Formats: sequence, C-alpha cells, structure tokens
Amino acid sequence: MILLLVVSAVTFGIFFLLPRLAGQTADQLAQQYIGKSPSAADIAAVKHNLGLDQPLYLQYWHFIKGIVAGATYNLGPTTVHCNAPCFGYSFKDHVEVWPQLTSRLPVTVSLAAGAAVLWLVSGVTVGVISALKPRSFFDRAFMGVALAGVSLPMFFTGNLAILLFTYQWPIFGRTYVPFTENPAQWANTLFPAWCSLALLYSAIYARLTRSGMLETMNEDFIRTARAKGLRERNVVVKHGLRAALTPIITVFGMDLGLLLGGALITESVFSLHGIGQYAVQSIESNDLPPILGVTLLAAFFVVIANLLVDLLYAAADPRVRLS
Amino acid sequence: MTDLSKTGAAVGEPVNAPSDAPNAFLEVRDLKVHFPTDDGLVKSVDGLSFSLEKGKTLSIVGESGSGKSVTSLAIMGLHRLGPRGKNVQMSGEIWLDGQELVNASPDDVRKLRGQQMSMIFQDPLSAMHPYYKIGDQIVEAYRVHHDVSKKVARKRAIEMLDRVGIPEPAKRVDGYPHEFSGGMRQRAMIAMALVNNPELLIADEPTTALDVTVQAQILDLIRDLQKEFGSAVVLITHDLGVVAEIADDVLVMYGGRCVERGPVDEIFETPQHPYTWGLLGSMPRIDRETSDRLIPVKGQPPSLINVPSGCAFHPRCPYADIPKGDVTRTVRPELELVPGGHWSACHLPAADRTRIWTEEIAPKL
Amino acid sequence: MRRSALAAVAAIGAATLLMAGCSKADDSKSDNGGTKAAGANAATKDVVNASTHKGGTVTYELSDVPDSFDPGNTYYAYMYNFSRLYARPLMTFEPGPGSKGNTLVPDLAASKGVSSDGGKTWTYKLRSGLKYQDGTAITSKDVKYAVERSNFARDVLSLGPNYFQQFLVGGKDYKGPYKDKSAEGLKSIATPDDTTIVFHLNTAFQEFDYLVAAPQTAPVPQAKDTGVDYVKNIVSSGSYQFSSYEDGKSATLVRNKNWDPKTDPLRKQYPDKIVVNLKVNADTIDKDVLAGNAIDMGGTGVQAATQAQLLTSADKKAGTDNTFGGRLVYMAINTKVAPFTNVQCRKAVEYAIDKVSVQTAEGGPIRGEIATTVLPPDITGYVKDDQYASTGNKGDVAKAKAALQACGKTTISTNLSARSDRPQEISAATAIINSLKAVGINASLKQYPSGKYFTDYAGVPKFTEQQNIGLIMMQWGADWPSGYGFEQQILNGAAIGASGNTNLSQYDNKTVNNLLSKAIGTEDVTTRNSMYAQVDKQTMSDAVLVPLTYFKVLLARPANYSNLVSTAAFSGQYDYLNIGTTK
Repeated sequence: MILLLVVSAVTFGIFFLLPRLAGQTADQLAQQYIGKSPSAADIAAVKHNLGLDQPLYLQYWHFIKGIVAGATYNLGPTTVHCNAPCFGYSFKDHVEVWPQLTSRLPVTVSLAAGAAVLWLVSGVTVGVISALKPRSFFDRAFMGVALAGVSLPMFFTGNLAILLFTYQWPIFGRTYVPFTENPAQWANTLFPAWCSLALLYSAIYARLTRSGMLETMNEDFIRTARAKGLRERNVVVKHGLRAALTPIITVFGMDLGLLLGGALITESVFSLHGIGQYAVQSIESNDLPPILGVTLLAAFFVVIANLLVDLLYAAADPRVRLS
Repeated sequence: MTDLSKTGAAVGEPVNAPSDAPNAFLEVRDLKVHFPTDDGLVKSVDGLSFSLEKGKTLSIVGESGSGKSVTSLAIMGLHRLGPRGKNVQMSGEIWLDGQELVNASPDDVRKLRGQQMSMIFQDPLSAMHPYYKIGDQIVEAYRVHHDVSKKVARKRAIEMLDRVGIPEPAKRVDGYPHEFSGGMRQRAMIAMALVNNPELLIADEPTTALDVTVQAQILDLIRDLQKEFGSAVVLITHDLGVVAEIADDVLVMYGGRCVERGPVDEIFETPQHPYTWGLLGSMPRIDRETSDRLIPVKGQPPSLINVPSGCAFHPRCPYADIPKGDVTRTVRPELELVPGGHWSACHLPAADRTRIWTEEIAPKL
Repeated sequence: MRRSALAAVAAIGAATLLMAGCSKADDSKSDNGGTKAAGANAATKDVVNASTHKGGTVTYELSDVPDSFDPGNTYYAYMYNFSRLYARPLMTFEPGPGSKGNTLVPDLAASKGVSSDGGKTWTYKLRSGLKYQDGTAITSKDVKYAVERSNFARDVLSLGPNYFQQFLVGGKDYKGPYKDKSAEGLKSIATPDDTTIVFHLNTAFQEFDYLVAAPQTAPVPQAKDTGVDYVKNIVSSGSYQFSSYEDGKSATLVRNKNWDPKTDPLRKQYPDKIVVNLKVNADTIDKDVLAGNAIDMGGTGVQAATQAQLLTSADKKAGTDNTFGGRLVYMAINTKVAPFTNVQCRKAVEYAIDKVSVQTAEGGPIRGEIATTVLPPDITGYVKDDQYASTGNKGDVAKAKAALQACGKTTISTNLSARSDRPQEISAATAIINSLKAVGINASLKQYPSGKYFTDYAGVPKFTEQQNIGLIMMQWGADWPSGYGFEQQILNGAAIGASGNTNLSQYDNKTVNNLLSKAIGTEDVTTRNSMYAQVDKQTMSDAVLVPLTYFKVLLARPANYSNLVSTAAFSGQYDYLNIGTTK
C-alpha cells in the first residue's frame, strides 16, 4: 500500500515537473520532436498525436490508465494497441517504452548483480582484515586503495579498465552477450564493467565493514565468545561479522535497488544498453515517456529494495522480528 | 621480608618460591598487567599475588579502575584478545591446577577457557550475542570442548537451563536473549558458564545490573552451584554486601595493588586499611539511619599511569598525616600480617589503626 | 540545417583528457591492418585502400542514436549517407573525394531529372528491373508514396525536412496518405506509368535534383508502411537489408539477394554483413577506429585527447583525414538592434575581430580554417574573397575604430549570445569579446541552452531585440551542398520567422532576396553559381555576419577498411556506399 503510494507520488511529481524543465509550453515541447522550420499546423498535429494538447490532468490520467489498462495510439496508417503495462510511446523514437525497458533490464541486472557480488565479497573481506589488524600496513594500504576507489570517477576507472583489458591485453570481450545465450561470454564481456563498478562500491563497503567490525569486536558478546574458548576465526566470523554484517545488508539492498534503476555513467562508459543508458539518451532528447518509464521503474526498484531490506533485516536481527 | 619489597603476598602465607609449582588450586604470583598507551604506561595490575582452593570463594573488591576486572581477564587469557591486547605487557605467574598460564601458548589457554575456567559477565544483555538463540549459544560453548552432536549438546543445554532455575527450559532454549528478563538472562549466562563443569568460575560483577531481589537469587544460585560442582569461585565486585553474603576470603584492591586481604570475617570485623573502612562506610545497610548512610570515599580513584608515590591512597586518606615524617608520600607500604590474622598495607601504626576503627569508624557503621 | 551529433560528444571531452596520458597502448598497433597508411588527408583527394575484395563485416559505431533509420523520417547527414545502403533515392552523390563528391548522379532514376515549364515540372524515369528485398517490383508509385508520407504526414513522421511540402503545387492543403485515403493522393506528383514520376512545383526550382537526392524519395511500399513502426520492418531497395534491428541499440544488415547489380552502377555489395552499434562510448569508438575495425558513423571526428595523440606522431597522422565539414562557424550581427542598424557599426565589428584567437579557441586549424566568406570552400558557388582583410587575420584596430567613428560612436554596449552547452562556442565568444573590447565595443556574454537556442532565445527576433542581443554565435551547414541550400535559410529576408528563426541577422536585402529567387530558377549552373557568389559578396559588404572558421573535422581512417573517400556531400564523412573490409 505504502509502496503504491510512494510510486504514484513519484510519478505525479515527474509528470507535472518534467515538462516544465524540457520546455515552457506544449508548443515548444512539440517543436522539439519535429524537423526544421515546422509550420503551426505541423506543431499542432504533433501536439495532438502526443496528447500534449490536452490538459495536464487528463494527460496524467491517460498515462496512469495506460499502465493499468493499456492504450491505443494513432501512429500512421493504422492504430496501434499498446498492452498493459503501457508506459506510452517514445515521443522521439516512436517505439513503445515498456519493451525497451524490459529488453534493457537484463543488461542492467547483469551489471548490477555481478558487480554487487564482487564488491560485497571483496569489500567485506578487505574490511574484516583491516579491522582485525587496524593501523597495520595492510589496513593502511587497503584503506588507501579504498579512498582512491571512492574518489576516482567512473570516467577514469571505466575507461582505464577498457583500455587495459580490451585493448592492451584483450582478455575480455566487448559486446554484451545475454546470459541465456552464453554464460561464459556474458561474464567475460561484463567483467571489466563489474570490476570498475565494484571498485567504486567495494571501497565504501570495505570502510563500512571495517568500522562496523572495529565496533563489534569491542562488544561484550565477543568477549563472551572468547571466554567460551572459541577459536579466534570463529569468534570473528560467527560472532563479529554476523553482527557487523546486518547494517551492511541494509545499505547493500538500497545500493542494489538504486543500481537496478540504471547505472547511468557505467553503462555509458561501457556502451552497455541498459536502463541507465536509456535514461541518459531520453534526457538528452527531452523524450518524456521514456524518462517517466525509467524513473518509475527506478522508483519501483528502490521501494522494493526497501521492502526487501526490511524483511531481510527482520530475518537477520531477531530483535526487530515481528512477534 | 626483603624479597617482598616488590611482591605482594598470598592469603594466609607469604610467597617465597616463585617458580615452584604451588599447592593451591589457583595461585597468582606477582602478576603485572601493563598497557602501553599514547599517554603512558597504564599499570592496571601491578604486582598482585593470591591463591585459592577448590570449593572456596575469593572476593576481589575495589572501585572501578582498581584492576580487579583486568586481573580476572588476565587469568582467563582474555586481556590480550581485547582491543588493547596487542601491546599488553604481562609478567608474573598464574598457576591453575598445576599449569602455568602466563607463559603458556595462547591456544593452550584457549583450550582451558570455558572448559576448566569460565566466566560470568556483568551485563548479560550485552554479553550474549543478540542474534543467536540462548540454547545455541550454550550449545556452542559445550561443543567447543566436547565432540558431541548438536542434539546431545542441546539436551545438555536444556538440562543446564533447568539446573539454573529457568522455567520451561525445553521451550526457553529457543528464545533469544532479548526475550529474557534480566535475572533469567543472568541465569542463562551462568548455565552457559557452567555447561562444561569448570573448576574455576570467575564472576565479574554478576549482580550489578540486576534488581536487588534478583541479586540475592543469583548469589544463592552461584553458591549452590559452587557447592554442587565444588568449583573455586573468584567473585569480582565493588559491593561489600555481596561479599558478606558469599565470600570466604576478601582481597581489596586499590590502584592495581592489593591493600588488604584476609578471611571475610576478619575484614568485616577488624578491617585495618583506611580504604577498606571507606568501602565499608559506603556500603548501604538496611539497619542504618538515613542521615549517615553512605559515606563515600572522598576524591577520585588514582590514575593508573601516574600512581601516587608512597601509599597510593594517601591523597584520599584522612589519616595520611598521622605517621611521622612524609613516609606515606614517599614509601610504598607493604603487606604485613596484622594481629587479627590477615594482611594489610598501611603505614598507620597498629595502635592508631585499632583506635580509629573502634572509636571513629565502627560506631558509625 | 542537417543536424549533427556534435553536442553529445562535447560533454565527454573533458573526461577523455584524463586518458591522454595512459594511451600508449595503441603505439604498436598501427600496422595491424596490413596496409600502410596512405598519408594524411589521402581520402580527401582520392579513394583510399581501393579494393574489390568481397566478404567480411563492416562495423559502424555511433555515440548517439540517429533520429530514425526510416529514410522518410531522418534529418541527420550520416543517416542520409548510410540509408542509401537499404533505401535508394532517385538521385544521389557520386562517391568522390572532397567537393567532387558534390556531383549528382542518378540512382533509382535512370538519368538526371528533365525539367520543363522553366524548371517548374520535373520528370524522372526509373531504371528497369528494380526490385525490393522481397522480389516485388519497385514502381514510381512507391516513390510518390514515399514523398507523401515523409513530407505531408507531419503529425506522424515529423523528423525529416519538408521541402516537397513547400515546393509542390497544392502541398499546403494535402493532409498526407494516412489521413487522405484517396487513391490519387497528392495531385502534383504524377505517375503516368510504373517507371515515370513527374513533380509539379509551384515555383521554378533548378536544384530539384538535390532535393530528390534526399532519402525521402527512396521507395516505400504502401502495403508495408506502418507509420512510425515502419522503422522496425524497413523494406530494402538497396544492396543490403536489415536482418535485425534493436531500437536504440544496434542494427545488422546483410546482403539483399534481390538487389540486382545491373540496375545499380554505384553499389558494389562488398562486405557480407554491416553492423551498426549505437550509443557506444565516444572513447571506445576512437579506439576501435584506430584499431582499424570500426567507422565513426557520426563523422564528427575524433575526441580531443585522441586528436592530440594522432597529431604528435607523423606515422599516426598519415592515417587521418582533416576535412571540411560543409559548415560555417560565424557570428551574426543583428541588424535590428541598435547601433548595428548602421552598417558602419557592423563594419567596425568585422574589422575588430582577431580571427586567429577565435580559431585557437575553437581548437586550432584542425577544427577549422579561418573564414572570410559565407560559403565554405566545399560548397558549390564558393569564390575566394576577403573584404575585411587584416594582417595575419588578427584584426585591424585602426580600421575598426575608423568605422566606429563613421558610425558616430566611440563605444558600443551590447550582448553576445552563445550556447551554454558548447564549450568551444563559449570560448570562441570569449575571444571575440576580448577583440571587441580593444576597439571600444563592450559585449557581455549571454548563454542559452542549445536545445532552446532557436525556439526560445536567439531564434526569436523579439527576444533578441528586447535583450539587446546585437551579436549571435552560430554555426550553419546546408541541406544540400549548393549556394542556395546554404544561403537561403540564413540570408533570405523571407526566411525570418517569429520563432525558430535561422536568419539571425534579420537580414532583409532586396538584392539578395531577388538574387536567391532568380538563381534557383536559373538553369545554367555557372550563372547560378555566380549569383551565389554575388549574394556572398553583397552580404559581406553589408557586414551582417562575421565568418569565423570553415568547420573541419579530423577523421581517423580505419586501416582494415577499403574504399574510403571523404565526401563534401555528407559533411566530409566517408562515403558509406562501398566501404568493405580487407579482413
């Protein structure tokens, strides 16, 4: 219920604010989708076809109706029916938004999931080791790398990864291959992108884990675990990490949810045709329906991620479990 | 007694042969635990000796920072695993049932922990892992030292919960720490500590976090269990009421050293050290007038980095000027056997001590 | 003005500078292609790497997405170029180097258009034996239909130009084939038989062959037309056909088996496969091109960092073509904003500007040659001229001050507009402001986003007048490479519009207006071209705009690809018709 409310509030916001950013009037907006020197009649016709001549609340109603019940468009000799969930037709490319989103989603999911696994494993490992030997050479070296990881922009790390791994030592492929087609190729082509994205995030996670572990390892229950005569490795993993990991799960869920809405820069740098790249492309061309579609999808993922995080948290921490 | 200038002495008799295997079950000799910090060397424990037999209870009392908790952690070998453990400097000897622990390998000490010696902590809520079931935590403690199936260990856990007086143990075994009341949690903690029948139980302020009524129950439980298992118990507390209840011997610590020790009756009847007097004065008693309840020891506990010269207690001692000259400020008093049959480290002449105790302190208590 | 993908590329430029230091990787790879580079600018002089080798895959990469692959719904120069592989217009340009590429040759038509009625009626005969990819015959009715759908159904296919609508008789009233379901369609296009098509114009238009060279005349079978969705199922009339199309991502073309080489003297069908990858990171494109395995489809040239790399090595420079892009970078002087209503004040501006500093700001000689005329050298009608010559093109302060005095001024205070998201335009404007300051003209910079530059700001005369915008930064490229195509929209008084205006000077000179309309009705090419030169001269003596640079791009030549020739007809891009691969 809250989920629906949030998503619809987001939609409403975008719907009424975005056109204001793209152009002051419907005329100006319509003009952007026509070629050179359009006549007033041309503008009016395009405006009509895009539904921009209707009052805003009606446009909103049609948009919502389209998502729930589908819509019909007049795009030439024949009318086209767009099945629910219909996110409308792109003003510029004149293609349905929803199939675009669904066809791009696997790319974004592949990117996000692969990178997430990498950064979680590497970030947490580095964080734990750093926490166990604070101020050691290892700790300082890795926290230095982590700082660099956080600070370096994707433009740099991404391009560097491409340069090194696809040109200098062409180990990795370039063109995205769907997982269903060839899993090995899929991983091979995505690997540089995963690494670059993971570097950015694992740096954050290493720092999170480190501070979390440093805190947890001072807890009384760690002392108790040691007093039982547990091996230090068990104390660290079973007692320390278990407790330190819980807040990280929350951050992780949120990050993943955000990423599923599209990694704009990473997808652009690695020429991946994902949701994020679609967003960039649509924003560049002031193409309203895809922007709406992407934002809605992203909002949906964030809300879902929130929900999952709450559920996961309850599973991980018995103290917040509902009785 | 020249060799005592640096060491303390044990309850009952002075220490004389440092490297001989002792007769007592637990014997601590000249234990020093120092932590280097940015501000200087923290001398948490600075030359402590005592011994303890099985079936007996030794109470270590003192203010926060007097070194009593560090002593217990040092016996358990936990002092070097904590946050400041890396650089800890430790010397002296700890003998447990004929085995020396200070110079033993960390893994040997680990194998003894939880098995031959175990520990109960002050706040059972924070001392138990919030994410694991009580039962699982007890099972874990049992299986570290016993190669048994989870099922067997679980049976043992239920048995232990039942033994420490937790109702419906078969059901509560699957509860989480936050679902237990404070007293029940401490009972579970005790069950966990005793699951391997340890011969030495160290209880670090086991009742401090609990209600007064529950405190008594827990103390009763510890005493009963001690009788049943025949363990030696080290009870660390700042509460002399608890001491009176349970201890056989008392060791009063101040500034990382022992200032007085002896059988519990002696300490309560004829305490010799002004700090002990202070502790007794600050002990709440039901039979006392409201007006002069709780006379706290004035001043702050000493810094463990710059321990006051001479008698560490002299800045707070109302009688520091009675001994002649500046002996209280320059010479560290050693433990001496006092007529009543216990040990005290104080420069006050015996006559003065007796007079002050009988005339000034005792009537107010 | 055919649009180019410049703007999108600019943003990434800054980040690529970071990469410059780390790009040693390509050093050893220049000889990968097997053929030694033919020398700098070789493809602007001749066909480079000429080969009739068949087979292989040619890959095109684009950092942007095109407006549409639909030949009836596109306006990008590179799509005009590329679409010919699957959509044959009536006429096209001969694949040839530089301005030789401006030569019109018949494509779907058997010969050039035959005009009667003084240039108002144009008749084309189609070649015989023409077939679509499905084997059905191509008829003149399909060409008529293609023109109708692309020019008149503006509510559906709105992205291409609409010249036919403007010039055909009755074009204003016809509603397009989607609304007007009559069998006859637009009456002013007649198809007396299946191989003949006749266009009836409302005015004499002697450059009609240029108009029908647009992809809008490529035949579309009415039965297969699904409006905007046609892009997903384009029926090929060219040498290649789509085997897959993913909107916004990629397209793959394979040989069209029903294309008959006998009907087509231009296309050779060399590669087996043509792949188009869209939205590829601009740096990646550069690297792929340098590795010899891709063509930069947009033809906008290499990134700044790559350029620096290429030019420092003679070896690498030999693999590049620095070509004109068919554009003029200029600054319009608004003749409706005081004191530029006075020609002497305008001349003061002409003399004052140090064009070398502007050229440097734009990126140096590689990015543009200093301009002194309206028409760039690669456009038909160009005549070399410089009415405001100064030593070393550095401006003439003395003459500028004299002109200012003649105008009755010692100082002028005005505004100069530029597009905020085009860093090179901003730095050029800044250089201009510095030049002007030296003679007493104080201009302050006004920045507007390029997306609304013409619809809301610089292209709205009223706005410029209210805001005292006397000087306006501008770039212009023609829809077809002739003087008319270039000058009509920016110099003809009739082209001034209330919004979306491109005659930014608001120049309304009878001589110029007359010359332009007379020229387009003049059959003789030489006379026509001299008239364009006259317009150019008149404009310059009226000082309504300051030519800054003739826009140039630096293309890297992929070593593994054959038949590369840079043509002026498509803004200096390589002609895409017959590029093959030697691998």
